[in-house]
Amino acid sequence: MAAGTTEGSRFRVIGTRPVRHDGVEKVTGAARYGADYAFPGMLYGRVLRSPHAHAIIKSINVEKARKLEGVRAVVTSADLPELPDRIEQGGELPINLHHLSCNILARGKVLYDGHAVAAVAATSPHIAEEALRLIEVDYEVLPPAMTVEDAMAPNAPILLPSLRNKEDGPDKQTNVAAHVQFKRGDIKDGFSKADYVIERTFKTAMVHQGYIEPHNAVGIYNADGHATIYCSTQGSFVVRSLSAAVLGIPEGKLRVVPAEIGGGFGGKTTIYLEPLSVLLSQKTGHPVKLTMNRAEVLRATGPTSGGTIRCKMGATKDGKLVAAEVWMAYEAGGFPGSPVPMGAMCIIAPYDIPNMVIDAYDVVVNRPKTAAYRAPGATNAAFASETIIDELAEKCGIDPCDFRIKNGAHEGTPQTAGPPYKRIGMIETVEAIKNSPHYKSKLTGKNRGRGVATGFWFNIGFQSSAMVNIHNDGTASVVTGSVDIGGSRASMAIITAEVLGLDVKDVRPLIADTDAIGYTDVTGGSRTTVATGLAVYEAAQDAVRQLKERAAKLWEKKPEEVEFNNGMLSAKANGVKPMSIKDIVPRLGRTGGPITGRATVNARAVGPAFATTCVDVEVDPDTGKVSILRATVAQDAGKAVHPSYVEGQMQGGTVQGLGWALNEEYFYDSKGVLRNTGLLDYRMPTCLDLPMIETVIVEVPAPGHPIGSRGVGEVSIVPPPAAVANAIARAVGVRMTELPMSPGRVVKAILSKDGAAVASAAAD
Amino acid sequence: MHKTAIETTINGERVEFLCEPRQSMLEVLRDVLGLTGSKEGCLTGDCGACTILVDGRATCSCLMLGVEAAGHKLETVEGLAQGANLHPLQQQFLENASLQCGICTPGFLMSAKALLERNPHPSEAEIRYALAGNLCRCTGYDKIVRAVLEASKATTSKAA
Repeated sequence: MAAGTTEGSRFRVIGTRPVRHDGVEKVTGAARYGADYAFPGMLYGRVLRSPHAHAIIKSINVEKARKLEGVRAVVTSADLPELPDRIEQGGELPINLHHLSCNILARGKVLYDGHAVAAVAATSPHIAEEALRLIEVDYEVLPPAMTVEDAMAPNAPILLPSLRNKEDGPDKQTNVAAHVQFKRGDIKDGFSKADYVIERTFKTAMVHQGYIEPHNAVGIYNADGHATIYCSTQGSFVVRSLSAAVLGIPEGKLRVVPAEIGGGFGGKTTIYLEPLSVLLSQKTGHPVKLTMNRAEVLRATGPTSGGTIRCKMGATKDGKLVAAEVWMAYEAGGFPGSPVPMGAMCIIAPYDIPNMVIDAYDVVVNRPKTAAYRAPGATNAAFASETIIDELAEKCGIDPCDFRIKNGAHEGTPQTAGPPYKRIGMIETVEAIKNSPHYKSKLTGKNRGRGVATGFWFNIGFQSSAMVNIHNDGTASVVTGSVDIGGSRASMAIITAEVLGLDVKDVRPLIADTDAIGYTDVTGGSRTTVATGLAVYEAAQDAVRQLKERAAKLWEKKPEEVEFNNGMLSAKANGVKPMSIKDIVPRLGRTGGPITGRATVNARAVGPAFATTCVDVEVDPDTGKVSILRATVAQDAGKAVHPSYVEGQMQGGTVQGLGWALNEEYFYDSKGVLRNTGLLDYRMPTCLDLPMIETVIVEVPAPGHPIGSRGVGEVSIVPPPAAVANAIARAVGVRMTELPMSPGRVVKAILSKDGAAVASAAAD
Repeated sequence: MHKTAIETTINGERVEFLCEPRQSMLEVLRDVLGLTGSKEGCLTGDCGACTILVDGRATCSCLMLGVEAAGHKLETVEGLAQGANLHPLQQQFLENASLQCGICTPGFLMSAKALLERNPHPSEAEIRYALAGNLCRCTGYDKIVRAVLEASKATTSKAA
């Protein structure tokens, strides 16, 4: 295994841009996504959802619904086992099974508008929909707590009567599920050395992942107790273990077949409909398909947290950061588990700051249970810290790129949690922006400004399995358990082709179900190319080892005397004619049978990712509308396996970040009812809102990885809100401290600045 | 519920189907006719994943009732390729890596087809305007817009 420096020339296939292997199916409409599955006798399920943000369920009467012609079953939480309070690893974030079960179907209480209460299976989706209206639920409506401030107030309505935290002790009911703290150095001493100190309070809105494909599941329960789920998910093994737990059946009796997936961004790393499809199938004896509509997706599936962040940072006159103090509280939704610990570890991660205190609070509120969303917790955090960094650079009179380079984290800098970074590319991404045609260009025109921001994301490794099969015609297939959400099949084929010396077209990538491949963690955490790619690399190497053994047998040599280069087997001996894989395949039968390379990994050494983004904006001072004129993102990919799809991740994440910056927001009314439940009012960017997104792939190889790749899926979402805020500050002279920076907020900030100017002029 | 017999043309072929008056064209395509290439993203005409062409015009099939198909010419993504020959738009979407998850792709292809038939040489701004009714959450649109620009060039060279 070669580690360390990587050069483009070291690879033959890695770094090329072949057409993805599943492309034709996806441009012809043949690819089967979860909702495209249909089976003979299939029934359709729908879910009844709470109209209240916070209420006690006094009774549920399903009799009228059951009697409607075409209805085959109605279920409530009474049909599921009650699970104990226990934390399990679920997808990217830990999950409490009791809470998970209560989120699938409410038990005793509803905790948000849209909380699932009952489910129906019927012969058509329309009949199922009608049946929902016949279910009678008697609610005792309670006052909701909608923000972290509401929920942390002394007399706040309590969401979960049994919730406790360590600090408040075993007797005190609370909405604060957890408090974590990170500390380094001496914060007082740090600030005493600062010439400039900036402190601001930031608010960010709850936003949704916004995948275009709603959640779906088809469940088929067999009379022998085995069940199969077909669904769109980022992690078929997570669906298996969590659904089995919620249903109270052994994991081994559940098989999950991952369909093609229409986007996830972290939101499909947990379960909603999956166990209900099996439960309804068990009750009816038929396959049952459940799909959500868009309103259900927005009301009841994992958005990511909004919250409040107070951030204070200090720097010396010559531009050295000396101290950072942060208080942050994130909305967890109805059940604990916001990404606030990650936000805390990300907020100053790009910098070398000797003194810091970060306090982070996970707070339950009457909103949907949050789920992972692309670099969970980091984007809100960077909005706060990167705005302050920009202001400090301004105070010091230093270019914002130079300020970041001067303070940038590098190999040996301690991370927020303590251990030092290995080789990272933070500074390289800032330098790439500084040297980009975009940053070097002159921005002219009224009300225009340029902003820069940097983001950090850990990336995860975790467990993956892979098999490489050598076929009779000398081609190969590579089988993994990692769902392909953005082109990873092509990357797996590229890695296999690289090792086996094959043309990438001669490698067929496949994704297997939970019975057909070993355990594999979710497609998330930017782990697929790195960790599953590592398993694929090792599995292909295993195939090479076997090929060498077979050639050795044929040539009557020792395996170590056989060489394998660029797909050719050879040995330094008289009369030995080199063989390709194609040549040796007909002889495999008599040398021991077919060849399947296999590997499983738990990838631990993963390289963290950094991205730096530069945005030019124009602000309309009359309406407050912010237009994106130009955007460039530079990101450290370690080594880009398929550069087109790396660029795609960078561009897609950037645009999600721009939507978060400018438009996207959950609007709740005073009763806690979500008022923007469609994609007209939950306003995601369209192509008309955007320019081309320029990309610079930086390659600082990840130590310890045979290819040097770093995860690329997430970090590009982190910088845009701060970059846009910094650009707005340069364009019109106001510092925005609340997301989204929608026209109303921007115009209000401009007016209050002008108002202040008028007032101070009057005072003079 | 009472069903109505409808006669229409889909991808050049005469098609007859039975549907309830409340069923959308999208539901008919997917659940009655088994043409699942058109996707449901919102059912409110906001995302464009269900875009089909009705007499050449890009239409959200979720906002059209099945019974309204009578007498019209419908085109879906399944009819875009001619046998094994991909349409230039499909080819360019592949070569430009214009899809990640792919769920929005059928809708984008159909909207882009309607654009190129109306305006074979659109500018970038015209492409962005024509595709503004189709949401993609994966790509940031960059590679989609490039693919349509490339496909419009491919059409030119064929014509010449």
